[in-house]
Amino acid sequence: MGPNLFTNYGEAVAMLLFGIGFGNLLLQSNLIKKIIGLNIMDTAIYLFLAEKGYITGRIAPIIVDGIQDMEHYINPIPSGLVLTGIVVSVSVSALMLSLTIRLYKRYHTLDLDEISKQLKKEGL
Amino acid sequence: MDYIRNFPCISIILCLFAGIISSGLRGKTAMWVNTFLLIVNIVLSACTLTYTLTLNEPFVYVMGKFPAPWGNEIRAGVLEALTAFFFCVIMLLSMLGGKHKLADEVEEDKTYLYYVLTDLLLSSLLALIYTNDMFTAYVFVEINTIAACGLIMIRQNGRTIEAAVRYMIMSLLGSGMLLLGLCMLYDLTGHLLMSNMKEAVTMIVADGSYEIPLIVSIVLMSVGLCIKSALFPFHAWLPDAYGYSTASSAAMLSSLVSKGYIFLLIKIIYRVIGFDVYHDTHIIDVLFLFGLMGMIFGSLSAIKENDVRRMIAYSSVAQIGYIYMGFGMGTQAGMTASVFHILSHAATKSLLFIAAIGLTDVSGGSRKFIELTGSGYRHKWAGVTFTVGALSMVGVPLFSGFISKLLFAQAAVQNHTKMLPTLIVLGISTILNAIYFMKTVIRIYTPVGDAAYTSVTYKDIQSCAVVLVAFIVLNVILGISSQPVVDMIQQGLATFA
Repeated sequence: MGPNLFTNYGEAVAMLLFGIGFGNLLLQSNLIKKIIGLNIMDTAIYLFLAEKGYITGRIAPIIVDGIQDMEHYINPIPSGLVLTGIVVSVSVSALMLSLTIRLYKRYHTLDLDEISKQLKKEGL
Repeated sequence: MDYIRNFPCISIILCLFAGIISSGLRGKTAMWVNTFLLIVNIVLSACTLTYTLTLNEPFVYVMGKFPAPWGNEIRAGVLEALTAFFFCVIMLLSMLGGKHKLADEVEEDKTYLYYVLTDLLLSSLLALIYTNDMFTAYVFVEINTIAACGLIMIRQNGRTIEAAVRYMIMSLLGSGMLLLGLCMLYDLTGHLLMSNMKEAVTMIVADGSYEIPLIVSIVLMSVGLCIKSALFPFHAWLPDAYGYSTASSAAMLSSLVSKGYIFLLIKIIYRVIGFDVYHDTHIIDVLFLFGLMGMIFGSLSAIKENDVRRMIAYSSVAQIGYIYMGFGMGTQAGMTASVFHILSHAATKSLLFIAAIGLTDVSGGSRKFIELTGSGYRHKWAGVTFTVGALSMVGVPLFSGFISKLLFAQAAVQNHTKMLPTLIVLGISTILNAIYFMKTVIRIYTPVGDAAYTSVTYKDIQSCAVVLVAFIVLNVILGISSQPVVDMIQQGLATFA
């Protein structure tokens, strides 16, 4: 396991980052910190995909000098998945931020627990 | 008849297109576009259903010009078409039933946005049902989440925004895990199409290599989808989201959105991992356990609740538990029962939410039990409908809930190791269901002396009454002539892999 972990250090870092992001999104009570956690979590997945897609010494599959040999290029699909994922995560972050603004305007705090307390007081 | 092969694709694209058009329309026109879209979709999925029944096997529709291992595919069989048909019918009824409430609770110049979100929600549900590509499924899971979040917060008050934030946080945790799981599976198999993934997974399992990564990715995907569909320990966001959003939203969220994720999980179990491989990983036992716990704790929370909408929401937690318990049995019979329960719960829960709105309307808008006393006399249609829904949930014969409980019990008897806990918990859960639903029914039919609130007549609520009757009919049809539906589910599951 040791040498394996060392050669695949990129994936290991990606998993660590995923854990950090996941924990932040789940446990932080500050909404902005939650959103930062969400972005770390998503970025970690993109790092994982990019690490898996890249093969050392090969180039992106764009044929310029007539080489058709498969051994010369990397797999482009993980990069495509990363791009799609980024689009999704941008829109989700934007939605979360807009919700945060709404809540802040109403309750003048970013603390989700505090907001819940105030809601209970309102007795809605 | 071969042109019917285009229908699944057309229905998804129609929904997206209707969403785009509606964003430039006024509220009323957008509503007609939405109703028309739903009716068209019902017709299209009914055609697909009859076609797949005559074809007797699923058909594959290639998106674009690239064939199987590279391109994107739609795959429609009996089960997919049946689910799509049901979802469209229930969505139409929920939208019509909650229409009058929408005008009160949503600002006039924002009504069109509600219909845009509904169109997008329908498109993502249909795509989740029909797609054969894991990454497409992920993208539509996210569209589904965003649309559902919009449906919760379209009614602007502090509660709904907070509920929407909590819903988003849990959903994002779930979809993060789903994405990571499917990326790992892609790295292991090298494919994104479900059928090709399964071939590769079978080879990996036979080979004995990559055992741990495979299990990790299966766990990540299952747990992600469990979080999103509010299985028991992850249900904290649910009562607020269902309890305070507008009536149609609550009906659609509880009966369709969570079911879309469960349908995707069924797809992963059958078509990506393979039923036997999934069964051997023992994740199924964990799902079984949490399903049983959900059945009891969801009902207990519902009994403690003093607010009728939140009570129905907690009852959803228990019903989701039933569905996962069926998965957990690990037999075809259990799976059939689960799929039937998806349909029957969708029909019953949307009925309960729409009927509850009628009852609270004649009680001065209050949802507290004490205020609901005698509301069944003030709004006779809603009272009768709520009673039918309650009886169905408890599992009284003639109604759909009885058939699903019967199927669960039959499936339990076939599985020797899990028979005892299943039957015991099924019994306890039925008693708990009866306690809180019958409490409500007795409450709404307790006469009050002085008429504090006005009652409604048929003239006030014509369209609503039609919807309520349609809900009752749907429920009774599922309860009385369940055999054709069960046959279709069995046939669909047999050709699902």
